[in-house]
Amino acid sequence: MNRAGGKTAAREGTRSLVLGGPGRNRGNAALSAPHRQMTTERIIGIDLGTTNSLVAYMENDRPVVIPGEDGLNLVPSVVALDEHDQIIVGNRARKYLIETPERAIYSVKRLMGRGVEDIQDELKLFPFRLADDLAPGEVLRIKLGNKTYTPPEISAFILRQLKRNAERYFGAPVSRAVITVPAYFNDAQRQATKDAGRIAGLEVLRLVNEPTAASLAYGLDKRETATVAVYDLGGGTFDISILKLHEGIFEVIATNGDTHLGGDDIDNLLIAVALDDIQGDLGMDVRRSAETVQTIRKAVIEAKVALSSQDETVLDIDLPDGKGYRRRITRQQYEQLISPVIDRTVGPVRQAMKDAGLIPAQIDEAVLVGGSTRIPLVHKLVENQFERTPHAELNPDEVVALGAAVQANILGGGSEATKEMLLLDVTPLSLGIESLGGGVVKIIHRNSTIPESATEHFTTGVEGQTSVAIHVVQGERELAQDCRSLARFDLKGIPPMPAGLPRIEVKFLLDANGILHVTAREARSGKEAEIEVQPSYGLTDEQVESMILESFDYAEEDFQKRQVIEARNEADAILAALQKGRKDPAWQQLTVRERDDVDKLENALKAVVPHDDYRAIRSAIDALNQATMHLAELMMDSAVGTVLKGKTLETADVGRGPASPHPIAKAEIQN
Amino acid sequence: MATNENPDKSGVLIDAPSGTATAQCWSCGAMRGAHYCQECGKVQPPAPVDYFAFFGLPYKLNLDTALLERDFYALSRRLHPDINARAHSREQEWSLEKTSQLNDAYRTLKDPVSRTEYLLRLQGVQFEEQSKAATEEARRSGTAKKQAVPSDLLEEVFELNMRLEEARLNKKTGEDDPSLEQDLRNARQNLVGKQNDMVSALQSSWNQWDTLVDRAASGTRIGDEDRDAAINRMLSIVNRRNYLRNLLREIDEVLER
Repeated sequence: MNRAGGKTAAREGTRSLVLGGPGRNRGNAALSAPHRQMTTERIIGIDLGTTNSLVAYMENDRPVVIPGEDGLNLVPSVVALDEHDQIIVGNRARKYLIETPERAIYSVKRLMGRGVEDIQDELKLFPFRLADDLAPGEVLRIKLGNKTYTPPEISAFILRQLKRNAERYFGAPVSRAVITVPAYFNDAQRQATKDAGRIAGLEVLRLVNEPTAASLAYGLDKRETATVAVYDLGGGTFDISILKLHEGIFEVIATNGDTHLGGDDIDNLLIAVALDDIQGDLGMDVRRSAETVQTIRKAVIEAKVALSSQDETVLDIDLPDGKGYRRRITRQQYEQLISPVIDRTVGPVRQAMKDAGLIPAQIDEAVLVGGSTRIPLVHKLVENQFERTPHAELNPDEVVALGAAVQANILGGGSEATKEMLLLDVTPLSLGIESLGGGVVKIIHRNSTIPESATEHFTTGVEGQTSVAIHVVQGERELAQDCRSLARFDLKGIPPMPAGLPRIEVKFLLDANGILHVTAREARSGKEAEIEVQPSYGLTDEQVESMILESFDYAEEDFQKRQVIEARNEADAILAALQKGRKDPAWQQLTVRERDDVDKLENALKAVVPHDDYRAIRSAIDALNQATMHLAELMMDSAVGTVLKGKTLETADVGRGPASPHPIAKAEIQN
Repeated sequence: MATNENPDKSGVLIDAPSGTATAQCWSCGAMRGAHYCQECGKVQPPAPVDYFAFFGLPYKLNLDTALLERDFYALSRRLHPDINARAHSREQEWSLEKTSQLNDAYRTLKDPVSRTEYLLRLQGVQFEEQSKAATEEARRSGTAKKQAVPSDLLEEVFELNMRLEEARLNKKTGEDDPSLEQDLRNARQNLVGKQNDMVSALQSSWNQWDTLVDRAASGTRIGDEDRDAAINRMLSIVNRRNYLRNLLREIDEVLER
């Protein structure tokens, strides 16, 4: 039995009858690994990334990434609507980006917690299609085909896929998770992420900042004291965090970043160059053709990846009307083009160091996180900024998810490996209240350790006034209009009194997720004031509730039923493959005994499939798989022999597992 | 100072360091410390305590910051919401509130100036509005800001303010005046020097205060004049330091550092 993919390499010498791909991940972990039958439900750690998402958990003393059905660890953050209006997520959705781009979406993280006015620049660079009937002040909705979804709903599709992957792996339901967010995410962006979790059927126990999570994964074995800088450049966001590690305590001293800076921006630069070239050289303006732009994007990403290890590459794009575009790019040209983007990380790094009160010599270790840190120019920049060689031993694509799994373990009560560990994180942005005249009074300063609270007192300006309006903002600017509007609160139910007499005590609490909670009371009467919150960019509780209900497909969500459906699909696949196998000359090479066994087990499987007994179907599949292993090997050998003629296995790239260095390239292989 | 609230009615909620615990743990009944039960480890309900009492420290300004950090970490390990994630929701609320108290207390006591300001506030001192917000508000509304200029700096500040106004005007019209900028840089250097001089002044004012605390602890009655003298000395240093800090901010803004 071959359980390939993920951290365990595809085992040589065993082949599955169901050919194609490195071997499907099995839910039969329940049979072959009885220790996975857990009575206490596991908490999973999720990296919900701009480009790729992952799910991980703590297995004994090590965090481990859970692969998808295709055996791969990375799930591209791509969502599409297929021909039957079914939602497709991940690798399978990528082809829709090129074939039917109006029915697919990528990098939805860039839209989380933002309003229509915020994303005008984004709309110029990304093919996001807004719903036609969007009212001002309404939460964003994106068109996929003829349906519309809010960004949290789209993220929820991705989260649901990860949840399923975990449930399949454990053979048990999962309902609680730790999800990571960029450290520089504001309140609205965090709330949107939590909403996405709820819509996906997950109780989000904690939102963890991505650089902090990465440091957890790195610091798992370390018990000494060290000052660490984590430089996290992903697909769409950049974070820099400075931490102090001390005997298992991970204390963030300062953090800074840019929530709209990442690999996507590099891709867009290259796409713009290609579009200009094509227009100049070939006289074709292909900007309006979404399919062509997506084809260009795919090629540009491949080139970007190649230039991380090669000194030059060729952009080779097939255009409509049989035309083609070929262009050689050297690493030098590439670096010249992208250095303005990379240089945008310098400002936040300097500010974080200043806030921490440190100079580079005082940093003990620098750590690289995020796929974009594979770019040699980024490596050089980090080396210059911190005056030392940065660490990159852990896979920069996986380290955040691994850290989330460690935190999930801590929240679940901890284990031998994590019992001394504790995260002390900070809020990245100052919290303030708009004052008369439009200025901001800061009540919680950036880089304050959370949880953190501040109490402010308000009073009325008019006789008999029964409510007070408060506008809360996040940011460092002096004027409220230059900061990020978080919410407007109406404190109601104030007993009517002369102006200036009521003493309303408002407590602003930033919880451990960095999300704001407000309580208020009128100090004289001791009465709790009623608070009506208008989030500036977000879904109300009612909206989230109705989305949860809408998305709940009973047959699918019911874990047991889903297991049976998936097992049946697998049974169909193996029976179909066996049909083919019988016609293959290899069938004749089996002994009579072997063929008898296969016949018997095939019938046994067919008998059990119509029933709802998941275990029975599962064991029948496994038995048949076992019995057909020899046949599969014979068929594989002859197929390999025919196709390869003289090449060795290595050069033919056969059996290459998910160990290739670039996430995008990896996804391509599996198409 | 602190009002006692008693949700479980089984004893008086204390607001003093754990050494003088008189109340019982709501969970196991053992005698409890202020923050968590020494016996069973459960988080105790929050109480409105001042930051010194929170850490079980006397009201002295000289403070072992390494020890403070150790206590901060030790208390975080017990009180933090992550560690209490599987507790009952009531305990989780307590842990959330206690940890934010802890974080506030640590941040305030860790820094020498905020520690001093905090103690002065506990002693009833009302601070003049020195904040940057007030500066902005004053500038915008054109009214004079309420701020006492340290007397020995009057002339210097007068000159500096003129230069700052000139520089701001230049910025608006886009003019460059390198010699003016150099003047401002020199002034900045000067002020930073003055700020550094204050560090030792602050230290000796602390010693003055701490001596009074020690004498009071040993039973001596401290006269108002002695107390007020120590307080006023610290207050004038803190005010001066804040004034300098605001000036430096204004210079930095104009020089765009």
